Amino acid sequence: MIIHQLSVFLENKSGRLTEVLEALGEESIKITALTVADTTEFGILRLIVPEPEKARDLLRSKQFTVNLTEVISVMAPNEAQHYAKVLRILSDLDISIEYTYAFSIGNKSIIILRCSNTEEAIKALKEHELELMRASDLYKI
Amino acid sequence: MEIWNRHFECMEREELKKVQSERLRETVERVYYNVPYYRNKMQEAGLGPEHIQSTDDLHKLPFTTKQDLRDNYPFGLFAVPMSEIVRIHASSGTTGKPTVVGYTHRDIATWSEVMARTLTCAGANRHDFIHVAYGYGLFTGGLGLHYGGEKIGASVIPVSGGNTTRQLQLIHDFGSTVLACTPSYALFLAEAIEESGISRNELKLRVGVFGAEPWTENMRKEIEEKLRIKAIDIYGLSEVIGPGVASECLSQQGLHISEDHFFPEIIDPRTLKVLPQGETGELVFTTITKEGLPLIRYRTRDLTRLTYDKCTCGRTMVRMEKCLGRSDDMLIIRGVNLFPSQVESVLLEMSEIKPHYLLFVDRINNLDTIELQVEVDEAFFQDKISQLQSLRNKIQNNLESSLGLGIKVTLVEPKTIERSEGKSKRVIDKRKY
Repeated sequence: MIIHQLSVFLENKSGRLTEVLEALGEESIKITALTVADTTEFGILRLIVPEPEKARDLLRSKQFTVNLTEVISVMAPNEAQHYAKVLRILSDLDISIEYTYAFSIGNKSIIILRCSNTEEAIKALKEHELELMRASDLYKI
Repeated sequence: MEIWNRHFECMEREELKKVQSERLRETVERVYYNVPYYRNKMQEAGLGPEHIQSTDDLHKLPFTTKQDLRDNYPFGLFAVPMSEIVRIHASSGTTGKPTVVGYTHRDIATWSEVMARTLTCAGANRHDFIHVAYGYGLFTGGLGLHYGGEKIGASVIPVSGGNTTRQLQLIHDFGSTVLACTPSYALFLAEAIEESGISRNELKLRVGVFGAEPWTENMRKEIEEKLRIKAIDIYGLSEVIGPGVASECLSQQGLHISEDHFFPEIIDPRTLKVLPQGETGELVFTTITKEGLPLIRYRTRDLTRLTYDKCTCGRTMVRMEKCLGRSDDMLIIRGVNLFPSQVESVLLEMSEIKPHYLLFVDRINNLDTIELQVEVDEAFFQDKISQLQSLRNKIQNNLESSLGLGIKVTLVEPKTIERSEGKSKRVIDKRKY
């Protein structure tokens, strides 16, 4: 149930994001999801790709600062109330969400969550019969 | 033009040399018998006090450097018992140890005297209101100006630095006529005045005495136009006495050195040989009247040249040109001295970062800006914005608390700062002097 997300430190320098994507593109790496968190001085690029270890080693060899981060993924109907429900379950248990992002496919949305306590979050979401995605399923999308 | 101390400031050079030689002899004798450091150095060079009869013999003596002051931290080079010391000042140092200077009662009197000359050089007198916006405290700027201002009988306003709005209000309400601060702060004030809506006609400012950092003729022009004052360049360093070592007169043709107190030489910083008159090199001072901390051939690291021609103002004191730069890597940021090695030692104490860094110095809206780029350690990078931001804040706080200087910190990717063999480039200074 744990997904390994690629996190890449980015200086606030034009063209830097392009360079990451070009490096991945040279090895024909597919991207399932991508988001950028930025401040005025730097950014963090977050990516979900099949074979995250391979992508990490590739980026490291090109001098990027990369780490793998554990996130979880939930599939739910793409209506706000379902997203809210997921968040409510976690907040009721005092599990804080460091960040989250989502994308839609048809009438479903795929929610990615980075939580303070991944194991507990998985347990709680399962108890509420939410549909947690396996990494292998996620990469197939 | 008024001259504070006509007897010395206009003395014929031949007579001046006699005075200087006599004072030098006394100083050398005093340091030889009272300061083990100097005695050892002189003995190593095979010298005794008897070998120094006049200023012509000065070149025989060894140099003193900032490092020597540090090695003898804090009071090792003082030439009087501590019971005679009435004031201690200090400036920031490279390894956390500041450079410490001590003054006797007579030294404070000397300092007041040379600052009175400086202010008189700038045309100030007992009828003036002197707004002192130099920092008061361990830094010598504020108190140096203060004592000189009192000595000439002016009304001194000890505002110290910061709080520009209040500075403007006091300049306006008190009718300040003389402004004393760093030249970049003067420009900053000029713009603040424009923005405040205060009409220049409501201000009585007439002249400014500016120092503690290098500045260009263009900056002078800008200050003079914007503030509608005469901008006078003053020079000093705490090791020698503080401000008051040299000052321009109203003819603005070089800075008169009070050489009856501070004997200047110009050396080649590589060969350490004294250069012929008129050549550019490193300025070296021997203090010939100081009691607390006399310095023999102290290397200032400032590059300039000297002119011995008589000035149109009537003073015979030698004039130095505006400083042209330095023979070491010291930076002066908003009047604060900074060596890149100081930044490095703060970074080395933090495990989260690599000590690979680059300092960018610039001058924006007339104020010096300094930015530090530092590489994040990959092992520390963990996908959390808040963690990276608190790291940045921690670096900023550590720098500020040990250097007394606000430095903007930017985290950059590892291995992006250029490595080079030997001396790497640590500083990019875009300021124009």
